[in-house]
Amino acid sequence: MSTATDPIVSVRGLEKDYGSLKVLKGIDLDLNKGDALGIIGPSGSGKSTFIRCLNMMEAPTAGAISVLGKQVGTGFKSKGGMIGIGELRRRVGMVFQHFNLYPHRTVLQNITMGPTIVLKEPVNEATEHAMELLSQVGLAEKRDAYPNHLSGGQKQRVAIARALAMRPDVMLFDEVTSALDPELVGEVLQVIERLVDNGMTMALVTHEMAFAADVANRVIFLDGGHIAESGAPSEVLNAPESDRLKTFLSRFHR
Amino acid sequence: MYKWDFFTVSQSLDLFLNGLLNTFLYTAGSIALGVIIGLIACFARLSNFFILRFAARSYQEIFRCTPLLVQIMWAYYALPLILGITIPNYVAGLVTLSLYVGSFYAEIFRGGINAVDRGQSEAAAATGMSQPQIMRYVILPQAVKKMLPAFINQSVIQVKNTSLLYAISVAELTYMTYVVNGETYRPMESYTIAAVMYFAMLFPLTHFADRFERRMQRSD
Repeated sequence: MSTATDPIVSVRGLEKDYGSLKVLKGIDLDLNKGDALGIIGPSGSGKSTFIRCLNMMEAPTAGAISVLGKQVGTGFKSKGGMIGIGELRRRVGMVFQHFNLYPHRTVLQNITMGPTIVLKEPVNEATEHAMELLSQVGLAEKRDAYPNHLSGGQKQRVAIARALAMRPDVMLFDEVTSALDPELVGEVLQVIERLVDNGMTMALVTHEMAFAADVANRVIFLDGGHIAESGAPSEVLNAPESDRLKTFLSRFHR
Repeated sequence: MYKWDFFTVSQSLDLFLNGLLNTFLYTAGSIALGVIIGLIACFARLSNFFILRFAARSYQEIFRCTPLLVQIMWAYYALPLILGITIPNYVAGLVTLSLYVGSFYAEIFRGGINAVDRGQSEAAAATGMSQPQIMRYVILPQAVKKMLPAFINQSVIQVKNTSLLYAISVAELTYMTYVVNGETYRPMESYTIAAVMYFAMLFPLTHFADRFERRMQRSD
């Protein structure tokens, strides 16, 4: 049974192996409504793997993930009280480091494709919603452009609109500014910040410490497949306990 | 100095035209069947089932690693001995040509699908699309664009490969030319006409393929 107090996403004992390599070694985490979770950690700490397990882009080796009180199953379709991978991904949007826009479709079609194909929304409804989202990310005039004619920052904003078009309960951001030229990072972060202000629940893997400090209400530091530290950004980022985190943070100019 | 005499040969123009028509029909038929066979083999090779992958791979290697002429002869002269039935030459010819080109098409299709960035299927999957939806709406439209130049190229070769059917007396252009030559003793004219006919059919195609490829590169 789902109740108002259920976490939107709940993770218990999550493990992920690639052959003999253990990437995640037992992660427990709850994401409540309106949470903006910042996930930081050195490369190879498993942060990308972790966020990709949340929408089953990677299948966990062990552990359980629940969304709105329902456990995620292994099949594509939901059945027997378990939520299927298809429904999970409709509820949990994802934005990637390399945008992954569909190059053969216009900006508008990139956004309407999910809703029309997966949700069977009528085209005019999906278009109307897409235009709203495009205005929100400041790209309404690019509706008929092809992705290859956009800058990196514009591409990423379209990718965010594409994920939002599915009306997700949670958004996952996997290092979404890492592939951008420094001067384009700001416009993307601004869009995410506005989502946080509007109460969107999200998890973001990021190297932008200042941004994490700004918008996240909680930060976890992943190290060696464990959550090594977690708490409010002011604690984790400004008063780190472990030496590992101190060393990690000292590499960022803040 | 050789004295050209097209008049004698031109008495048999209907035979040439008939051969040309048959060449076209065998090409079109084997390409159509080859596309179907190629698609099946391609998806078998991409499947998760070892048996399917193995079967498709074996088929491909057999047809790609033996000469087409040997395959045609085998299908017409040897296979009937095993099956204990006679196989008409047009059936043996069409089926062999189709299987042959299908083995190459399968590889072209597979290459095109694999050339589409993995991030594309991930992005589509992340919006909740099923595997068939991802294939249909995201992967194939991009893959087709990538595979078209190689596909056209293989199809041009296929037009010429139909000429090997002369060996089992299928009435395509090369066989008909052989017949006309036998009647007129005018090899120079006969085979020149055949060559010109093949060229007239293929040159526009290769030209189109080149222009098409350049256009594709521009839009990338």
